[in-house]
Amino acid sequence: MHRICKAAIAALWFMLLTLPVLGIKLNTVTNTVVWRFDRILALGAGIFVLAVIWDWCFSRKAAGQPLVHLPQGFSLAGLLEAFRNSAGLRWGGIALLAVVLVGMPLVGSFYQTNIMISALLYVMLALGLNIVVGLAGQLVLGYVAFYAIGAYTYGLLNQFFGLGFWACLPIGGFLTVLFGLGLGFPVLRLRGDYLAIVTLGFGEIVRLTLQNWSSVTGGPRGVSDIPRPGFFGMQMDIAASTTYIYYLVLAAVIITIVVISRLKNSRVGLALQALREDEIACEAMGVDITRVKLSAFALGSCWAGFAGVIFAAKTTYINPSSFTFMESAMILSMVVLGGMGSIAGVVIAALILILAPEYLRAFSDYRMLLFGAIMVIMMLFRPQGLISGERRRYRISALHGNEGDRS
Amino acid sequence: MNAPVLEVTDLSQDFGGLRALNELSLTVGTAEIVALIGPNGAGKTTFFNCVTGIYTPTEGKMYLHDAAGEKHLLNGRKPHLITAMGMARTFQNIRLFSEMTVLENVMIGRHCRTKAGIMGAIARDGRTRREEQDTIDRSYALLELVKLQEFWNETAHNLPYGAQRRLEIARAMATEPRMLLLDEPAAGMNPQETNELKELVCSIRDKQGLSILLIEHDMGMVMSLSDRIYVMEYGSCIATGTPAEIRTNPRVIKAYLGESDA
Repeated sequence: MHRICKAAIAALWFMLLTLPVLGIKLNTVTNTVVWRFDRILALGAGIFVLAVIWDWCFSRKAAGQPLVHLPQGFSLAGLLEAFRNSAGLRWGGIALLAVVLVGMPLVGSFYQTNIMISALLYVMLALGLNIVVGLAGQLVLGYVAFYAIGAYTYGLLNQFFGLGFWACLPIGGFLTVLFGLGLGFPVLRLRGDYLAIVTLGFGEIVRLTLQNWSSVTGGPRGVSDIPRPGFFGMQMDIAASTTYIYYLVLAAVIITIVVISRLKNSRVGLALQALREDEIACEAMGVDITRVKLSAFALGSCWAGFAGVIFAAKTTYINPSSFTFMESAMILSMVVLGGMGSIAGVVIAALILILAPEYLRAFSDYRMLLFGAIMVIMMLFRPQGLISGERRRYRISALHGNEGDRS
Repeated sequence: MNAPVLEVTDLSQDFGGLRALNELSLTVGTAEIVALIGPNGAGKTTFFNCVTGIYTPTEGKMYLHDAAGEKHLLNGRKPHLITAMGMARTFQNIRLFSEMTVLENVMIGRHCRTKAGIMGAIARDGRTRREEQDTIDRSYALLELVKLQEFWNETAHNLPYGAQRRLEIARAMATEPRMLLLDEPAAGMNPQETNELKELVCSIRDKQGLSILLIEHDMGMVMSLSDRIYVMEYGSCIATGTPAEIRTNPRVIKAYLGESDA
């Protein structure tokens, strides 16, 4: 009953607020005011229903119950756990995934392959940012700058020196690491909000430089006619070359996942996580935080560099408007939505956030609205992200014996 | 007192106009348990922060002796280097890596005694894997020492309070220190836990020959555990001696209880 009352009040309040905008129309032909009460009532009814659902959701949350009753013992983390426990399930899953991913460009259309390429590029970006934000806890808002540096490295080196894709890929990675370290040094002492503001500024500086340094970067016109990657000198048409890039990105993503998961579970990865938890304790336990922070920046930024080079090769045309703050925010949302530090979660979130808007083009007018709503609901009801609390397995000799010791 | 491990002379620390430490001198010998007591705000934790490199003292010298008896100046060194030289500490307001597991917390302590870098982590060669397994096993052994082995895969913040304090000790021990600084280890513990803690501290000293400097308000523990006691008030050392001497020292009684004939 209380819930109905609250919802009714919310609906009334909304009707009142929107009355001037939605309810009154001026007919300029006859110079009369038209009252459109039907619209207001429809809106009120809609708000009423939404408010009841909203309130119900919160009461469930307050009672500590899940919003949706999943079948007994079912959860994303549980599913992952099952995958880790059963070798058959794991290899079956991987094989299925491999078939789908490898077969995608053969079955899917040119358009779908293209979408998939950009989704996979974002997976790479999100995984890179995940090192800095998710593992090391350094809030970086200008991450897209590294992506831009990678892309422009290829674009400009090709334009001025005629360097090819394969030469630029390592150079792009190396340059972004340098920029990452360059950004890392001055911000060593900063944390939290201050770090966020400085890195936001860094992102804007890079974008504005690209936009205004016309003699080198081409300014807002950007760099065009960037060659697609070659395959032992073979000439390919657009479709074949897109398929080729697709496999290239797929390989790059797999390498990224392998490398980052190994890093995450290593001595360095542990130090990164300790840095996120408590800087002072970290120092007192003998961790050189300067070094660890700089490694975090270097390790995080290099993936954006690689992704940038591939992006330039894929689109053959780059300009500064591809590297706005919106992109940084998007990549950050992938990390947050996926669950800080979780590799599987971030991959899933990146795929959802890129693919969903593409396949929701039918509702193109509402897709950003939907996107925003999903983010708000997610943060209210599952702030820890899709997957959280993944735990590494340790084998303790004293408990599990020495058998199967691979060392 | 046998060969000194920690030697501090005339240490002063100013915060603006406030003198938090005033010409404090202190020595801790090998395998000695020394307590630092005094009313709240006397500067005990400030002293810990100076010695571990978190603060840079205004004046005075601090030395740590290595196993060969050589003196190393601590002034101006970064905290992680001081830890690598053999100084480890716990914190008054527990500072565990709370989202990480109990075992991982201890493993971080091994950081300065291991070498694997980024390349090793990516390649996972034999040496890196052996080092990692060694870190895991040694960390587990330390958890056995503080009797937390059954919780090894628990998230640190889920541990009860007393267990968290013991975990901090295990984490500090993982750095292979010569000198262990304990900042109010018994705070918030019940009498039984305090007794277990006393046994733990004694066994660390007896079995591993560590020197221990202890800040503590639980007088029972201080008196029964320590070889010598330093008493601080307003940043200065007002008395030093064995527990029996301190118990009867009029200045100490005055500092703790106020004037008797007011």
